[in-house]
Amino acid sequence: MSIAASLPITAIHDEARNLDRGKVGLICLILTEISLFSIFVTAYLFFIGKSATGPQPADVLTVPIWATICLLSSSVTAELAVRGLRANAKGRFQLFLGLTILLGAEFLRQTAMEWNKLINTDHLTIATNVFGTTFYSLVGLHATHVVIGLLLLLLVLLLSLGGAQMHKHERRFEILSWYWHFVDVVWIVVFTVVYVIGL
Amino acid sequence: MASISYPIEEGHPAVRKRAGFWASFVDEWIFTVDHKHLGLMYIIIALLFFVASGLQGALIRIQLMYPNNDFLSPQVFNRMFTMHGTTMVFFVGMPFIAGLANYLVPLMIGTRDMAFPRLNALGFWLTLFGGILLYSSYFAWTGPAGTGSAPDVGWFAYAPLTEKAFSPGSSTDFWILSILMSSTGSTVTAINILATALCLRCKGMTLARMPLLVWMFCVVSFQILVALPPLTAAQVMLLFDRFLGAHFFDTNATGDAVLWRHFFWLFGHPEVYILIIPGFACVTEIIPVFARKPIFGRAAMIGASVSIGVISLGVWAHHMYTVGLPSRANIFFAVATMLVGVPTGIKIFNWIATMWGGRIRLRTPMLWCTAFLFQFLLAGLTGIMLAVAPFDWQLGNSYFVVAHFHYTLIGGLLCTLFAGVYYWFPKATGRMLSETLGKWHFWLLIIGFHVTFDPLHFAGLLGMPRRIYTYPAGRGWEGFNLFSTWGVAIQAVAILIFVWNVLDSLIRGQKAGNDPWDAWTLEWGTTSPPPEYNFAVLPEVRSSRPLWDLKHPEDPDWKYEQS
Amino acid sequence: MNPVLRVSGGFLFFANLLAGQTMHPSGNMFRPLATPARLVSELSELTVVICLSVFVIVAGLLAYAVIRFAYREGDSRSEPAQVYGSNQVEIAWTVIPILIVFVLSMATARITSAVQNQPIPKDALYVTVIGHQWWWEFQYPDLKITTANELHVPLSSTAQPHMTSLTLKSADVSHGFWIPQLAGKTDVIPNRTNTMWIDPHETGIYLGNCSEYCGTQHAKMEIRVVVDTPEDFQKWVERQRATAATSDADAGQQAFLSSPCIVCHTVNGTAAMGAIGPDLTHLMSRYTILAAETPNNAANLRDWIKDPQHLKPGNKMPTAPLSDRQLDQIVAYLTTLK
Repeated sequence: MSIAASLPITAIHDEARNLDRGKVGLICLILTEISLFSIFVTAYLFFIGKSATGPQPADVLTVPIWATICLLSSSVTAELAVRGLRANAKGRFQLFLGLTILLGAEFLRQTAMEWNKLINTDHLTIATNVFGTTFYSLVGLHATHVVIGLLLLLLVLLLSLGGAQMHKHERRFEILSWYWHFVDVVWIVVFTVVYVIGL
Repeated sequence: MASISYPIEEGHPAVRKRAGFWASFVDEWIFTVDHKHLGLMYIIIALLFFVASGLQGALIRIQLMYPNNDFLSPQVFNRMFTMHGTTMVFFVGMPFIAGLANYLVPLMIGTRDMAFPRLNALGFWLTLFGGILLYSSYFAWTGPAGTGSAPDVGWFAYAPLTEKAFSPGSSTDFWILSILMSSTGSTVTAINILATALCLRCKGMTLARMPLLVWMFCVVSFQILVALPPLTAAQVMLLFDRFLGAHFFDTNATGDAVLWRHFFWLFGHPEVYILIIPGFACVTEIIPVFARKPIFGRAAMIGASVSIGVISLGVWAHHMYTVGLPSRANIFFAVATMLVGVPTGIKIFNWIATMWGGRIRLRTPMLWCTAFLFQFLLAGLTGIMLAVAPFDWQLGNSYFVVAHFHYTLIGGLLCTLFAGVYYWFPKATGRMLSETLGKWHFWLLIIGFHVTFDPLHFAGLLGMPRRIYTYPAGRGWEGFNLFSTWGVAIQAVAILIFVWNVLDSLIRGQKAGNDPWDAWTLEWGTTSPPPEYNFAVLPEVRSSRPLWDLKHPEDPDWKYEQS
Repeated sequence: MNPVLRVSGGFLFFANLLAGQTMHPSGNMFRPLATPARLVSELSELTVVICLSVFVIVAGLLAYAVIRFAYREGDSRSEPAQVYGSNQVEIAWTVIPILIVFVLSMATARITSAVQNQPIPKDALYVTVIGHQWWWEFQYPDLKITTANELHVPLSSTAQPHMTSLTLKSADVSHGFWIPQLAGKTDVIPNRTNTMWIDPHETGIYLGNCSEYCGTQHAKMEIRVVVDTPEDFQKWVERQRATAATSDADAGQQAFLSSPCIVCHTVNGTAAMGAIGPDLTHLMSRYTILAAETPNNAANLRDWIKDPQHLKPGNKMPTAPLSDRQLDQIVAYLTTLK
């Protein structure tokens, strides 16, 4: 018995009825990344106060206010870029996307400067003590995600500047912006754990 | 069933095939993104690693046949049990369930492929290369102290044994890197399954009407997404310890060995449910067809599966009762672990109730399901014994645990996977597997399995610890070990019969037709094997048993189901 | 299978009997001979009874279903009644298992607490257990005794209770301390101190094993607990506290003290103060060597020192460059360390 013979012929299924698979896919990715970050956060919290020797957090860390402002603002500019793309306003889209990338890059530059000071002036490395171990792992894991996000955003900007019709890919860019928002939310958690709770 | 030719619409050429056998082979199997091909490839590599790992297990049992045996040196023995466990979990179990999901989910929800076909292919190749990387460790150079070869730290690789100070060679690194690769593959598969099930169901298939197999793979996928990262994180931390001088688990410098255990078992316990729930999925589809009744308590089965998926994330420290955690922690985890037995029990009762009042055809798939029910019942009960923390203080890390988990994995999972193979082989290949050879395979495997693993419960109760390469005479363990090893030969013959059955049936098995079992889910409504596009016209359903509705228009399911 | 070891094992068994010590080699958790093991055993028996009952009932129903409802030739070919479920039945077989879990949980909580939270009396014997790859070090800090692989403890009777409190530490990787007839196992983890207690009710020799995989020779990390009457225990303590008898003229002693052995081993009263390997001051007071069932005699000692990798491959004792004569002298000296 075949289905085709007996059931009414339907058109290709209506994708608008069901959820968007790109969005579901990214939400699944975010779920698994939350789990990953949770473990590094747990390790950080576990080892607070347990470094017997070497620099302690209060000795060497300064709260990265400027870097945080940059990164969180970049979420705002990213959302403005999405709206610009949706409205097919290419100039607005490229402007805000460019700002997002610049703000993210400034965040990374601040991180690099902080690490340079910690390593060369304060002599804190991943091998110095458990504070160093957990600090560089957690902040580094987040920074890696920022790098990946920036590379993807840069790719989109370059494609757009090169003449690609990004308006057709508005859905995909929105999904990328969700990733970027996720990276920002993770920073809020990392910031709280490292610079508020742990300090 | 007469074969039906499906109309190919104008303007859509059939799959382009390059000339020449090898070129078209590469196109069809190496460059494929088709879920059916990838599903079969996953299952084939799972079976190959199964044979490799089984050989390692056989060597273990030969060494343990007699007290003070010197068949294997301790160094080799320790590599054998590490590789055996690691292979079975990551390169047999995970690929097999990925293969089943990839093959069946799109067919059962009435769509053409998975949501992300290229990601699907990436997942497969990552898994395969991870396995090749692991086994290449056998050929690796011997590092200092002769340890640069296969991993020998146990499949759960407790710190600080895995730190550079105690494992100076690269064997641990092979363990870490191969699993990091295959974990990425598993994660990708999980994302794919959830996106497919949530987004690509055919018209009329609400979540309530979605086949229970697909439901259970959704639960498994959720578990993979949440439970694999703790292992990945711990392995990255271990790499940092080993190569960058970090101190996560470095007990020589305020690192913590118990932290590794927490992270590993946060992964490790859900992992065993990740492995067994697909087995539950197979029997949930197979038992109704052979008992000729719908599954008893559909909603309860969904609720039980989701409960298991969630509760299993919170019981990990029942692997740590002997670590010296405070009594309130041990009690909490004991209670939580026993509670997770309740939904599992509900499922067993529902399967029996499905059979109750039926007209059970005891063909090979149903034989495997029946054996599974007896054996998993026993395995679950030995699991309750292990859940009782003080009892575990004696049973833990002994051969009782080894017997328990082989009961769940062989008596449970493997039997369900064989049930699935015998049930869906006709769909995938168009040919039936031989019933006669199937029954030989079944009975020899069951007998061999019991001969090997039943005695090991008693060796454990008499104090035999696990992971020992030898033992002295006079402790009361000799008889059980000798008897146990003979079962290996019986199981090996069973597997050979199975391989013969598969090869022979591929060539001259009885033609299956679309629906040899008179079943009710969508995959049986297309040809065997299905065309590349699965269905000429995507179906529309009104109940959870669309083919029952077609075959029984006077008494369709949608009159009785609430949704 | 090494015939020499098998025969030696047999002799050892009888030698122990002759010495008046009962062997308790079986490790059967259901023959407990100390309170922690007894508490665990009682709970375990309850658990087994419950699980066995569940198995009999459910497996019985399953067997009945398979037999009664199997399709046989001649049966009706029509489909049976399509039953979708029953709320009452679902509730019943949810509630009953939850009740069983409740009962077991209560019992589990009681016994877990009883064992883990037992107050240790002030007059308990304190022993520090240090796990090494691949041997056990036992220190009696109050008595100033250090020994290896064989743990002596006094008998505990209702008239004269003697609890022994064990403090568990590791010198390297994770190990596990397990003597089934005395107590459940407790892990021995570096950077962490665990404690457990025993109060053996019968004299004799109890065998146990390292219960956490710790590397190459995890299999040969046997534990021997020798339970003495309080009087015998005192005698043992006295002997262990004595320093080794020294005689500078003894060729064996000279050979020993000029060998690399003293880098790792201690013999109290001599210049040998190494802290890496087992304390040898009263080596001959132990029944076996190598934390395995190798009988402690001159022949085995000689075999061991000549080629440690032969009897326990992968272990950490280096092969000392000794001539045959030096080896004989050292072995002769060691056999005087009673």
